[in-house]
Amino acid sequence: MSAVLEVHDLKAHFFTRRGVIAAVDGVDFSLERGEVMGLVGESGSGKTVTGLSILGLIDPPGRIVAGSIRLAGQELVGASEEEWRMIRGRKVAMIFQDPMMTLNPVLRIDTQMMEAILAHEAIPQEAARQRCRDALGRVGIPSPNERLSAYPHQFSGGMRQRVAIAIALLNNPELIIADEPTTALDVTIQAQIVAQVQKLAAEMGTAVVWVTHDLAVVSGLADKLAVMYAGRIVEEGPTADVLNRPMHPYTLGLLNSLPVRNPRGRPLNQIPGAAPSLLALPPGCPFAPRCIRAVDICRQVAPAETDAGNARRLRCYNPLPAAEAA
Amino acid sequence: MLAFLIRRIGQSLFVILAMAALVFLGVFFIGNPIDVLLAPDADQAERAEAIVRLGLDKPLWQQFFIFLADLARGDLGTSFVHGTSAVGLIFERLPATMELAFVALVLAVVVGIPLGVIAGLKSEGFAGRSIMTGSIVGFSLPNFWFGIMLILFFAVTLQWLPAGGRGPTGSLFGIELSLLNPAGWPNLLMPALTLAIYKVSLVIRLAYSGTREAMLQDYVRFARAKGLSRRRILGVHVLKNILIPIVTVLGLELGSMIAFAVVTESVFAWPGIGKLLIDSIGRLDRPVIVAYLMIVVALFAVINLVVDILYSVLDPRVRLSDTGN
Repeated sequence: MSAVLEVHDLKAHFFTRRGVIAAVDGVDFSLERGEVMGLVGESGSGKTVTGLSILGLIDPPGRIVAGSIRLAGQELVGASEEEWRMIRGRKVAMIFQDPMMTLNPVLRIDTQMMEAILAHEAIPQEAARQRCRDALGRVGIPSPNERLSAYPHQFSGGMRQRVAIAIALLNNPELIIADEPTTALDVTIQAQIVAQVQKLAAEMGTAVVWVTHDLAVVSGLADKLAVMYAGRIVEEGPTADVLNRPMHPYTLGLLNSLPVRNPRGRPLNQIPGAAPSLLALPPGCPFAPRCIRAVDICRQVAPAETDAGNARRLRCYNPLPAAEAA
Repeated sequence: MLAFLIRRIGQSLFVILAMAALVFLGVFFIGNPIDVLLAPDADQAERAEAIVRLGLDKPLWQQFFIFLADLARGDLGTSFVHGTSAVGLIFERLPATMELAFVALVLAVVVGIPLGVIAGLKSEGFAGRSIMTGSIVGFSLPNFWFGIMLILFFAVTLQWLPAGGRGPTGSLFGIELSLLNPAGWPNLLMPALTLAIYKVSLVIRLAYSGTREAMLQDYVRFARAKGLSRRRILGVHVLKNILIPIVTVLGLELGSMIAFAVVTESVFAWPGIGKLLIDSIGRLDRPVIVAYLMIVVALFAVINLVVDILYSVLDPRVRLSDTGN
């Protein structure tokens, strides 16, 4: 199988007055057609910036400083603004976190949907409208014809996110970046949206990068998981493997802080300390100061990526033995 | 929409009524019009006859109702100085002021919005900083001084433009307008610019802050993620959002431009209602002053109504509040 997306040694840095922030600092992963990857990490781990990099949406003072992003064979790093524009929305689409904010409040839904088609194809208005109507129907919006001429404020949060998904699917993209698309929604709606994206991605063979801090959401959705910490992927592998047998202490920490895994009445486990400032990363492994299993070398040299077998990759000197898992 | 309109028109009528009471009382306290109207050598009989003829012997509340009744018919008395209807006098001068305000408004929009958007996009760059500094200068310059400087430079030194007065006009439905006659444009340019300079600065600042705010919104990022061109994002997504505050403020400013073009009209000897007001105050021409105040109030009420309607066209979220409170 050929990869839809290959990201290699991607580095996106922000050049601020206080110094250079290495938000993404050497990320590698690849996705095949129809594959769903969960990109998991705490706030500030670089997962959103990774997603935005793939659409060329990083604004100054940030930019991609190194690495390569290949989409269906086409190199995107170094593309001109016009080349990026042609890729956005057509080959790669994005769904954002807060559906209350992503639709323009003063434009009708049909305007906002049709422009997404007409930006890439010169087709008659009526044909574009028809495609928008179909797309709304496909994401489960009742009476799509009437809803087309409505304004965003006439939709609930869940419905707006469905509209955003419909817009993302309009041009049959090869890849969708979903940046925490369910965080702002009710739990019941969350499940519906997750199921909807899963179904549509499978039907259309679209690959999905699902960015989230919530392991519970991706556990049933993703084919594989990549756990990010301080701008790097620290552990990657098939979803079930990573969840059942985490090797990186950070992954275990994330898993243990899920409420469902805790017996009732006991305080939640948490990872001690806070995510480090990316301005002043310690030498060695960035997780070492919070790590229960840190040894001397962890504090001196950052661990390189190692192949842990079984399609798993890891950045750790002292991984968890199999017995200690979960 | 209908209920909304009826409610707003009712509010406007109330404002006009309150203003009528204030104006009436204000004028009543200024002094006795008889002293101005009669010749100094008039005898007591003539004086008493004039008081009865003008209805000044009636109690105050009766006089007020007579005033209101006349107001409802559009009759605000006869100018002491010109001997013609005060309202007619103002309507005769109104087009001159209106077109001045209109040109100034167009300048404010056409110059102010693009500059403000550019400044908002490049707020850290040289262009952005220059525009914003320029807008502060535009804010701070006294109107009359700017007008005089324009005259000094373009009329006296360069002799490109006439220093004052209203040039040749063209006629439309009996209304004389400089805009209709290209020969009248040079006369219009400097007064309109003087009147516009403050509004341009105001629009620049509104467009600037609106653009800066809008560019950070998720809907702009989402529009970019859809692959829209920069032109479409700015021209449709950003512009339609920043227009809401600009329309509100400009509506109010249009009223103030028409009502208080006094300084600019005086500097450029522009025969509009501002000039008429100053002249009438100088000559204690009370019916004209009263008529002027009432027309200005009515004008403000109408402009506010139009702004509210425009507002609901621009912002769909406003449209639903028809039935509210």
